Amino acid sequence: MGTNCPDEVESVNHEPLLHATPAGDVLKLRPEGPWTAANVVMLETLSRSVGVNVDRSRAVTLDMSGISALDTLGAWVLEKLSRRAASSGRPAEFVGVADHFSGLMDEVRQVNRHTPPPSAAPNPVLARLGELGKSTLGAREDITIFLQMLGALFMAVIGVLRRPRSLRLTSLVYQLYRIGWQAIPIVTLITFLIGAIIAQQGFFHFRRFGAESYTVDMVGILVLRELGVLIVAIMVAGRSGSAYTAELGSMKMREEIDALSTMGLDPVDVLILPRVAALVIALPILTFIGSIAALYGGGLVAQFYGDMGPAIYIARLHEAVSVAHFEVGILKAPFMALVIGIVACSEGLRVKGSAESLGRQTTTSVVKSIFLVIVLDGLFAIFFASIGM
Amino acid sequence: MEESQDQFAIRVRDLVVGFGRQTVLDHLSLDVRRGEILGLVGASGGGKSVLMRTIIGLIPRRSGTIEVMGQPGGGHGRGAAMAWGILFQQGALFSSLTVRQNVQFPLRENLVLSQELMDEIAIAKLEMVGLRAEDADKYPAELSGGMTKRVALARALALDPPILFLDEPTSGLDPIAAGEFDALIKTLQKTLELTVFMVTHDLASLTTVCDRVAALADGKIVAIGPMRELLQSEHPWVRAYFHGKRSQMLQHEMR
Repeated sequence: MGTNCPDEVESVNHEPLLHATPAGDVLKLRPEGPWTAANVVMLETLSRSVGVNVDRSRAVTLDMSGISALDTLGAWVLEKLSRRAASSGRPAEFVGVADHFSGLMDEVRQVNRHTPPPSAAPNPVLARLGELGKSTLGAREDITIFLQMLGALFMAVIGVLRRPRSLRLTSLVYQLYRIGWQAIPIVTLITFLIGAIIAQQGFFHFRRFGAESYTVDMVGILVLRELGVLIVAIMVAGRSGSAYTAELGSMKMREEIDALSTMGLDPVDVLILPRVAALVIALPILTFIGSIAALYGGGLVAQFYGDMGPAIYIARLHEAVSVAHFEVGILKAPFMALVIGIVACSEGLRVKGSAESLGRQTTTSVVKSIFLVIVLDGLFAIFFASIGM
Repeated sequence: MEESQDQFAIRVRDLVVGFGRQTVLDHLSLDVRRGEILGLVGASGGGKSVLMRTIIGLIPRRSGTIEVMGQPGGGHGRGAAMAWGILFQQGALFSSLTVRQNVQFPLRENLVLSQELMDEIAIAKLEMVGLRAEDADKYPAELSGGMTKRVALARALALDPPILFLDEPTSGLDPIAAGEFDALIKTLQKTLELTVFMVTHDLASLTTVCDRVAALADGKIVAIGPMRELLQSEHPWVRAYFHGKRSQMLQHEMR
């Protein structure tokens, strides 16, 4: 319909069209209407439909006079048609390009001329091996960073011992409040429930062979030696370790840590020592509170489920557990706190520019510290068994 | 299509915007003509960014009307990316996506098109803003300040919107990069026939690329016109802005 009046811009024409008229060996293409991104589905269909004709013809002429609107996408689709012809050595030319489209057409003719060399797809087996090697080296790097941080903390502690006034007391107290005091309710609740569940399971299963009274031994020893400290350490790693990583990571991203260094202050002294010290102080206290809550939970279950009065429960507990069991549990707490603190802080300092990196390091921090806490617990179990505690 | 109303890309009438008890924009009116580059100057914290963010619908207005391309504006529905592109001051590139994916994001969300065409358009846009195809697989964290702004500009232009908003496009760039960026905006504005609304403090940008400059003071537009006219303005704030020691020195050298 546009062929009779080529000079008029048809405002009624709201759909893009593409007329293909073969004239001898020359294929005449005449796009019409709005060739814009909003009509991209039609544009792709149109350009595909004439693709075969373009391949068959000797030369191609693109008559642009019928186009009412053109943007980069539309211009590129047309340019692609002309390049398709040109790629097999047949001439392709644009005619009747309106003045206000010529700048855009010239621009589009320049783009996508040069394709970057495709990165060769690596052999999958070799790639796997490469990844394995990289993660092995990564593990070595992890250990190095851990030891570096441990050394830096040790030096910071020595510095504080030589000049006690250099300890950041305000920061330490604030961190203790955050990770110690504020954690008490949730730690108490969880350990209480764990103690109750262990006691319930003990009564339920030991009842079959009349060994109900040994439930108290199990609850006492398990909670004081292993579960109390382990559960609390895992909770603290998830609750406070992740917070440390995220805090230090975002401080790293916003160059706050660089600012500290340039003022002649050591980030280890100012930021990391108070945090790790607060963990080392708070975790044994939380472990103590948690163990008591677990024993209390066990006692309640004994009374209401196991028909064992509080007096008998306490008397049995007195016989079953010794101070050694309590010591074993509580001695482990500061070491676990140290591991959590060092992992959390060093992962925080490894955060790079992006928000994604912050998320990744926080996840790594929590996963790694929980893993290390459990490994450490196993090592301690071997150690205490060998010294007969 | 040639009615008088249509010669304005953005029309703002009696706009009032405030936070709490504070009024930032006080019955402000502003017209942006189609196809022009309008520079907006104003004191730091004086409401330039607030005006831009209100027009694009990020900040609610108390009263007044905003028309963008004849449509009531001030909202940001799904079609917004087709209506305008925005270059944020820090680029605001999605840090988890590569450069290519960042540029493709508006295409992917708003249009249905083949992956092949999408890749070609993304590279075309990157080349139009002066980047190379090799940069397409980098992440935003690996880019320099100037490259970040260029990628952000490519993303803003991905759908060929008729209006482009720029929030301090040359801040944080060295004078050479800033000059190149100004030239790029001017070229793209000509080829893509854009209307550009630019918030800036850069006197060089104001002089070289802006067709008109609007001065915002006390919550109102106190002067608007070509740079020449603004330099003649008698408004005390505008005088202080363009005839202060710093500005004098720059203008002197530019002559």
